[in-house]
Amino acid sequence: MIWQLDLIILVLVIVCAIAAINVKDLLSAAILLSAYSFMLCLLWAVMGAVDVAFTEATVGAGVSTVFCVAAVFHTTRRTKD
Amino acid sequence: MKILGRVTVILCGLLLLVYVGEFPDFADPQSPASTHVSPYYIQNALEDTAVPNLVTAILADYRGYDTMFEATVIFTAGLACFFLMRLPKKEERVVFYRHRATGVTLRIDDCGAVPKDTQAFHRIDSQWVPRDLIIRSTTRLLIPFVQIYALYVLAHGHHSPGGGFQAGVVLGASIILLAISQDLRSAISKIKEKTLGILSSLGVLIYAGTGFLCLLLGESFLDYGALASLLGTDRVMARSHGILIVEVGVAMAVMSVLIWIYYNLSSAGKQDEGL
Repeated sequence: MIWQLDLIILVLVIVCAIAAINVKDLLSAAILLSAYSFMLCLLWAVMGAVDVAFTEATVGAGVSTVFCVAAVFHTTRRTKD
Repeated sequence: MKILGRVTVILCGLLLLVYVGEFPDFADPQSPASTHVSPYYIQNALEDTAVPNLVTAILADYRGYDTMFEATVIFTAGLACFFLMRLPKKEERVVFYRHRATGVTLRIDDCGAVPKDTQAFHRIDSQWVPRDLIIRSTTRLLIPFVQIYALYVLAHGHHSPGGGFQAGVVLGASIILLAISQDLRSAISKIKEKTLGILSSLGVLIYAGTGFLCLLLGESFLDYGALASLLGTDRVMARSHGILIVEVGVAMAVMSVLIWIYYNLSSAGKQDEGL
């Protein structure tokens, strides 16, 4: 395990998570959540949990993003709060 | 309401933090999981099941009961989306057709349609944009390989990372890719909603049915060793094959539920035109 790589990924996970709940644009929030999932997937892979990383990459970064975008498509793009 | 929500979140977070302190330390050799559960799996999984990938052996064999209800949860999620979102066909719908040669768009009210045998018109979405040649040809080339890869992930889950769940998600994603790159109707013409409903329940049925088959053969629920006489192998290989059978069930359920949710979500339940 390379600790520099770990640190960068961990910081990016937190940045993506905070950005995803603070951003006003719902489409950006969906994409940020996808980036968050992908960073988490990298983290699992670094830890050696390859099966979990695979699931996170397909479900978290892949299909759930499509579902979020499809849901945003039927609402307004900007949040009120 | 906002303050109430914030208070609830903070309270739950504090409770979580307090009780996480009670957990055994990370990689503690004295924790209950590391003293007798994990060592048994690590030492005996290969002899018991002939599956080199420990995760698959635990997920589908030792903890097969949990995975069965995981598949059931996904099936229930698909059903919940269906019951929440699906709308019956409206009588006064408006459809658009485009003349292929000239690009003239027809708007037809009151459930009308152009004659079925004409090739001069094709149905378009109300927010239609011309299709991009690059996207269409790329996805057309990509989708078969994605599906082959999903089958490889399913069949090779015993030896490499992967298994039924991941394979199902990738298979579902290939159809969702088709729906995004073409349109929803062309995906629905490939896999109909009724097929998806049957496939998803069939997947869960395969899993639970394997368990009941073991019960009928006189052993415990989901003890695949009982299938040895049916499959014509010894008990160890029977457990390996049993894992493959239930993984196929999980893949079917996950694939069809994901596509089903996408159909309902992208068209807001109308399954007519969408994303």
